[in-house]
Amino acid sequence: MSFQDIDHPLSIAGRTFTSRLLVGTGKYRDYDEAAAAITASGAEIVTFAVRRTNLEQSADEPGLLDVIPPDRYTLLPNTAGCYTAKEAVRTCNLARELLDGHNLVKLEVLGDAETLYPNVVETLKAADELIHLGFDVMVYTNDDPIVAKELEQRGCAAVMPLGSLIGSGHGLQNTHNLRLIAERAAVPVLVDAGIGTASDAAMAMELGYDAVLVNSAIAHARQPALMGQAMKQAVQAGRAAFLAGRMPRRQSAEPSSPFAGRIND
Amino acid sequence: MQIQLNGEMTSLEGDTTIHDLVTSLGLTQRRIAVEVNEEIVPRSQHDAISLTDGDRVEIVHAIGGG
Repeated sequence: MSFQDIDHPLSIAGRTFTSRLLVGTGKYRDYDEAAAAITASGAEIVTFAVRRTNLEQSADEPGLLDVIPPDRYTLLPNTAGCYTAKEAVRTCNLARELLDGHNLVKLEVLGDAETLYPNVVETLKAADELIHLGFDVMVYTNDDPIVAKELEQRGCAAVMPLGSLIGSGHGLQNTHNLRLIAERAAVPVLVDAGIGTASDAAMAMELGYDAVLVNSAIAHARQPALMGQAMKQAVQAGRAAFLAGRMPRRQSAEPSSPFAGRIND
Repeated sequence: MQIQLNGEMTSLEGDTTIHDLVTSLGLTQRRIAVEVNEEIVPRSQHDAISLTDGDRVEIVHAIGGG
């Protein structure tokens, strides 16, 4: 039986995807490095940020969307850097205009610049407003199961708790909460933020997450394209292990080789 | 007249549409979005909307992010 026979594609807001790894485009040295890493990761959904156009830049220099053309990837504009619901909604409206009506967005409303921890109050407010405006909202949140459920019930298309602080590479700091969120979710759940290396991504998938979103761990690896490939394989391995179901843990040893028939019996 | 363009005070001569502004900045081939006074101006209306003194114009594009 092949993997494809028992798994189903990832489905978010009516769109389906084969890859369960989403990647960001920040922190790369240049577009070539980003393109190689994204290709190696096999990601189909790619995040980006919306910022003021550099009016000094020459018009024929390539832009990010030349690296991740909208006809090849599902683009996921984020609201990174927003601290209020109002700023986040404004950013999403700009993103929708930028992408000719594309309405899938990653909502993140931050609490402070040091922790980049989500401001849940503003996040809830922004989610309500964006859903009202017809956006499909994939929402970055903390690892609180009640908040995750609340965001789901308000109509978010996917809920994305942090593993640890954005860009910290500290992996999954509260696997108990993360597991609770995954077990109780009725919409796709993704671990967003904190993934430091391939085993973190595999663990998220083993906990039952539908996908993971990785940026810094790939972009800041010594060899980003190789880490992109490692993340792809880790997500596949973690997903397969989740579907396979892990063995029960035991308090004591149990031999793998039978006792019966030993030569000294 | 004076407008605020991406946070910087900028002088414009005479009647200027958003399309004129985008053209003068060499951005016609680029994928951008334009907001005037915190309202989106759809691409299809860039020709139709003229800027007025004191307008706050934002022109944004996609950059790397996570």
